[in-house]
Amino acid sequence: MAARISSKKKVFDQGRRDFLVAGLTATGGFLLGMPLLDVSADEAGATGGKIGFFVEIRPDNRVIIGMAQPEIGQGVKTSMPMLVAEELDVEWSAVTVKQMPLGLLKTADGYAWKYGGQGAGGSTAVTNNWAFLREVGATARHMLITAASQHWGVPAQSCHTEPGVVVCATLGARLSYSDLAARAAILPVPEEKPGLKDVSDHRIIGKPQKVVDAREIVTGQARFGIDAEMQGMRFSAIERCPFLDGKVEAFDDREARKVPGVLDVFPIDGPNPGEPYLILASGVAVVAESTWAALQGRKALKVNWTKGPHASESTAAFWKQAEQLLAGTGQVVRDDGDFDKALAQASRVVQARYEIPFVNHAPMEPQNCVVSVEADKAHVIAPTQSPSGANRAVAAVTQLPRENIHVEMTRVGGGFGRRLTNDYVAEAAMISQKIGAPVKLQWSREDDVKHDFYRPSGMHEMKAGIDEDGKIIAWTQRLASAGKYYRRANVEPENQYEAELYVDDFPSQVIENLRTEWFEIRSGVPRGSWRAPAHTANAFVVQSFLDEIAHATGQDPLDLRLGLYGADRELSYGQHGGPVFNPFRLSRLLQHVAKSISYGAARPKGKGVGIASHFTFGGYGAHAVEVTVESDGALVIERIVAAVDCGIAVNPLGVHAQLEGGTLDGLSTALNLEITIGEGQVEQSNFHNYRLLRMKDVPIQFETHILPWGDEPTGMGEMGLPSLAPALANAIFNASGVRIRKLPIKDQLKQAFA
Amino acid sequence: MIEFHVNDKPVSFDGAEDTPLLWVLRDHLAMKGTKFGCGIGSCGACTVHLEGRARNSCTTKVASVAGKRVTTIEGLASADGTLHPVQQAWIDEDVPQCGYCQAGQILSAVDLLSRNPVPDDGDIAREMTNLCRCGTYVRIRKAIHRASELMSEAG
Repeated sequence: MAARISSKKKVFDQGRRDFLVAGLTATGGFLLGMPLLDVSADEAGATGGKIGFFVEIRPDNRVIIGMAQPEIGQGVKTSMPMLVAEELDVEWSAVTVKQMPLGLLKTADGYAWKYGGQGAGGSTAVTNNWAFLREVGATARHMLITAASQHWGVPAQSCHTEPGVVVCATLGARLSYSDLAARAAILPVPEEKPGLKDVSDHRIIGKPQKVVDAREIVTGQARFGIDAEMQGMRFSAIERCPFLDGKVEAFDDREARKVPGVLDVFPIDGPNPGEPYLILASGVAVVAESTWAALQGRKALKVNWTKGPHASESTAAFWKQAEQLLAGTGQVVRDDGDFDKALAQASRVVQARYEIPFVNHAPMEPQNCVVSVEADKAHVIAPTQSPSGANRAVAAVTQLPRENIHVEMTRVGGGFGRRLTNDYVAEAAMISQKIGAPVKLQWSREDDVKHDFYRPSGMHEMKAGIDEDGKIIAWTQRLASAGKYYRRANVEPENQYEAELYVDDFPSQVIENLRTEWFEIRSGVPRGSWRAPAHTANAFVVQSFLDEIAHATGQDPLDLRLGLYGADRELSYGQHGGPVFNPFRLSRLLQHVAKSISYGAARPKGKGVGIASHFTFGGYGAHAVEVTVESDGALVIERIVAAVDCGIAVNPLGVHAQLEGGTLDGLSTALNLEITIGEGQVEQSNFHNYRLLRMKDVPIQFETHILPWGDEPTGMGEMGLPSLAPALANAIFNASGVRIRKLPIKDQLKQAFA
Repeated sequence: MIEFHVNDKPVSFDGAEDTPLLWVLRDHLAMKGTKFGCGIGSCGACTVHLEGRARNSCTTKVASVAGKRVTTIEGLASADGTLHPVQQAWIDEDVPQCGYCQAGQILSAVDLLSRNPVPDDGDIAREMTNLCRCGTYVRIRKAIHRASELMSEAG
């Protein structure tokens, strides 16, 4: 869509708002958005070119809204445009959403991101765009009102909007947005920040809106990364070294090259041990005329691997290392009051150790990428959570200037943190560069299970001192783990703990004498961000341990928590999701789920109920779970009640979906999922031995509740997950007396009752 | 040369006979609605209908479908664009999240409903074995009940 930039004026004060421009489309529509031109050239006076749009009003009254974030199933392709449409004041049914590419610009001051941060991580899309996208909509609306008032010769103050229409009550006149588009397009973008609606006036935000691509998805028309094509594209697969940090010693490709359709075979050099990962592993690439030919060629390869420095690594040795570390002294990362003194004064000491396994992300869409590397530029189409990371990865491989690397985004078949790293994009770029043609790289499921940035594994030692009144007067968490900042550039050794222990998490600031200690387990397993990263482990440990304390001291688990959460107040929270944390919001959720599941009711033998709650990246979640543990240890999940407080819910349907999905992700992971290591290799390979939850495991009685708070939204991608596992473990204890201290649960109950 | 029908249109393939139907559909016939998930017939993302019954196309060699009729997600709606009741129910219940597994889920549900027009929750739990990593199972269950109603209303 060509657009003439009629005016270019700085609006608002900062960042991406500075880039907003308006223009007229070739078909007479109105466009408000961002210039596609290099900003420095634009500022030098260029007026031609195109606008990478946020809002376009077409002559037929269709409204096109651009969406800059990756859609990984978290629902931003629906919720982000809702923010624009609300303030623009149009019918939601008139809106069509368009996925925008990476908005990287080179300016005199370096690189700039004209759409702001683009990425799916940390549950940030709604919070980061809440103000800006509403302002974009309000600015466009303001310009349409100005256009109408000038046309009618009346003051703008006498005009208002109804969906898609500017109205002047005094004249009794109405003009549709499309009729005003040409006039609005030549107006200067207003300098001042527009006023925004009150939450109580919202017609779109806060109302249930269905997934915008639903029709495309159910008819097979939605396009994912795996569906991308380029002219002259080859297909490729890589046989990667199964040994952690192993290398290709030698390979025989004679049989591979005989496979019809195989075009080329060459080695790919992976990272050296200890170095940051650009790609995950060394291997041998096969390039072919089709995916199947590439896979068959790969199968025919004979490769000798060097086993690398972790050849003897095993899960058993990992836990042994953890125990040895915990016998010593670690890095004290928080030390409030006087823990040792308080513990010595305690009338009762409770302690327990918990084990959290490595887990795989396992998005349904295996990793893939289409890349075309040319002499002076590159084009990437990738299912990625981090398009700027994809750009950086290709730049690292090719040494091309970043502004010459165009990154297109598709729908993404699941993320869960896996696609925050773009190793598969770098691999595809290496292959394209080598063969001088566009290439699609396709990972198999086995590749995806065996080569991942796994969720970190660790052993948590918990100890609490309780006084005669049952009050917790001393608390410590000592974690030995293989942290996710392993091999990450620019993270100092003393800061590695920051991704494993969020030191302001509950119960810090609530229990006076509190010490948190971290120990680094040495491991060759690659680690990364997995949905709600360290919150998954820490919520399980803290919320399980609270139950253990309650049981040991004859207190009710709900009352114990409510006493600790206390009154409505804000505690400081220095990590992601801060700057404040209000434990009362957890208290409110916990009481709600407890009531919904009849927490206090008497239950027959074998049946039990458990509760837990957790603060994750600004949002609050709670679960209550009811289970039956049969006499042979068979576990039946009878009922789940999940509740979330994400401030105001921008799209309630999307929030329920995230809460349902997050809860089931928590259940799936707690029940069955672990990655184990034997002889320096990952032992799992596909869904037969990495057993994700299926329909039969989903309880019929499963409710999700949204409890609104205030007038600002938080994110929602991760907060529905962490409290499920501890609520489940607490329910199992309540039902059976068996305490789950090791995840996944697998057949522990069967063994306990054998 | 292997000849068969996809969505009532004759197609042919002259590559390796052991090529899975999945990759013939995707790479050679440019029909991208059928998805690759596991390659071992475990996840169901690649589900198509072979002679009206759900089948994992990733473990179905193309030679075995010679002369047969394959239906993919692209062929489920009517030619005039009217959605199949299962597709409509998927929209009504707002099932998809990332959407990647849903073509397979829908084709499995169509198969289930063709054999069992009014499945109960137990039937759905037993028969719907496709994986959904986003965890849309609750809404899939609702959508199958809704589709069952839509289909019985339509007679």
